[in-house]
Amino acid sequence: MAELHLKSWRFRAEREADWRRLEALLAKAEAGGASKLRRDELLEMPVLYRQALSSLSVARSISLDQSLTLYLESLCTRAYFIVYGARTRLPERLAQFFARDWPAAVRSLWRETLVSFVLSTVAAVVAYVLVRRDPDWFHSFVEPGLASGRDPTATTASLRDTLYHQGAASDGLSVFATFLFTHNAQIALFAFALGFLLCLPTAALLVMNGGMFGAFLALFVMRGLGVEAGGWLMIHGTTELFAIVLAGAAGFSIGWSVCFPGERTRLDAAAEAGRRAATAMLGVVVMLLVAGLLEGFGRQLIQNDAARYAIATGMLLAWLAYFYWPRKSPA
Amino acid sequence: MKTRAPTAPTAEGWRELVTPEGVDLRLKVGAYAERFAALLIDFIILLGSLAVFSLLCLLVFAGTKVSWGSEALGVIWLLGLFVGRNFYFVLFEMGPRAATPGKRAMGLRVAAANGGRLTADMVFARNAMREVEVILPLTFFAARGEGVDAALVALGAIWSCVFILFPLFNRDRRRMGDLVAGTLVVKAPKTVLQPDLADTERGLARGFAFTPAQLDAYGIKELHVLEDVIRAADRKAMAAVASRIRSKIAWNGPTDIADRTFLNAYYAALRGRLESRMLFGRRRKDKFDVG
Repeated sequence: MAELHLKSWRFRAEREADWRRLEALLAKAEAGGASKLRRDELLEMPVLYRQALSSLSVARSISLDQSLTLYLESLCTRAYFIVYGARTRLPERLAQFFARDWPAAVRSLWRETLVSFVLSTVAAVVAYVLVRRDPDWFHSFVEPGLASGRDPTATTASLRDTLYHQGAASDGLSVFATFLFTHNAQIALFAFALGFLLCLPTAALLVMNGGMFGAFLALFVMRGLGVEAGGWLMIHGTTELFAIVLAGAAGFSIGWSVCFPGERTRLDAAAEAGRRAATAMLGVVVMLLVAGLLEGFGRQLIQNDAARYAIATGMLLAWLAYFYWPRKSPA
Repeated sequence: MKTRAPTAPTAEGWRELVTPEGVDLRLKVGAYAERFAALLIDFIILLGSLAVFSLLCLLVFAGTKVSWGSEALGVIWLLGLFVGRNFYFVLFEMGPRAATPGKRAMGLRVAAANGGRLTADMVFARNAMREVEVILPLTFFAARGEGVDAALVALGAIWSCVFILFPLFNRDRRRMGDLVAGTLVVKAPKTVLQPDLADTERGLARGFAFTPAQLDAYGIKELHVLEDVIRAADRKAMAAVASRIRSKIAWNGPTDIADRTFLNAYYAALRGRLESRMLFGRRRKDKFDVG
């Protein structure tokens, strides 16, 4: 016999060097992204990848070496994820997100945004009317942890103090502010994530949130502090409430596509709506951060009602213009 | 009528992924236990680094004797937990390995279910859903209440079990976040290329001659088991297998050779025979396959 070796053995011996080379490139790329590769390595990668793929199909049909096929499968999978993986770099991706993706995602949710805005407003109005009529309702709308002393039993003077920051009287205030931020962010995330349960939990969250807002406002209006409280709430509230409304809208869009998937399967519809809503949600997190900054710094530094209202209106207009200002669709 | 995408799995726990070049990569779906372990590792890393960080801060506070130390610590934990659990996962899964350290330790990675590329919004969607899948149940289990509250908490805990157990009840072990984002978690182990067994000790092996009848005793399945036994190199197992094969094929050659040498020689010969028959279109599944 002239052939001392099996066909599969020779097959492997001829190609092994290429596989090893691909493996080395992959290790490099996985450690630091494709940008770590030199130009010639970058050009080499797809060629080696296709070679490995064809080796895999050949190995499956001619070789019975189990470890070889397993190795090639793992090698090809790793190379596949690198070759067909996300290629945009972070700065580009961020620029694209702020310039196009985010406003587009928000605009595509306009129907849901309207619904969740109406829900929140109705809840706020109802809570306002109820608390005006009977202050005991306040406790049904506001969790004691969030009120932190601002409830109908407090004196008007102490309520006024909470609106205008007095340095000494605010122990634990930054903890409380942080708590509020994480609380609101969590509400927003829940409103989004629970949306796929046929929209109902999202609606409930929006109603609760709106109710809380209305109850607070009613409390302060009853003490003749309406305008001041409006400024105090709105300086960050326009941004924050807008963010929560958008989060609700994102949740609704998922729930809606689960209820009424149209031509697609329910899973596909949910996945598609989920990705679109997730883009909007990324933006919501940014908005909440802005709101947190306004709340933490703006509100402590600016003690003037007119200035507070000016910032509130300015922020709202800025957001509205950013999202809904007509712009050319990308070619 | 709805038409299902042609993604029927080849077997339980496997999923086909056909590359644009037309080769099926056969991905193995990550098991529930592995994914749970990965999550635990990630949480331990998160909590550990937070603890280390706050210890450092405590040292600084103690050194500078500031009055707002405990307050700052509260802020660190509130913010750290929130930012940590929301951005840690997103940032790591958007990286080139598409896996958090925990997932990497378990050999897992995230992949787009349709075989396309994994995008940032997918990663974000699947991680935003974690908030209801992990944090909501946790809050329900940690919550305490009396009377009606207790009943509500208990009902909530039961309801949130749906989220935890959800991956057990679907084909690709996807959790809700995976469904909403259109992703799945697959095994992506790094395997090393092991030496070809048909090559080692070839010089010795050449002395052996097996008759076709002796080589027809086994099929592909047995060949793979034999490969596993030789690679594991467990002396006892090899002795047992070697004596089993010797009696099965009625081996009448030299009896004083080592088990390992014998097994290697038989493996090479058997593989050669099965492979050459495979080239002619005859794939012998196992020893019972005598068509």
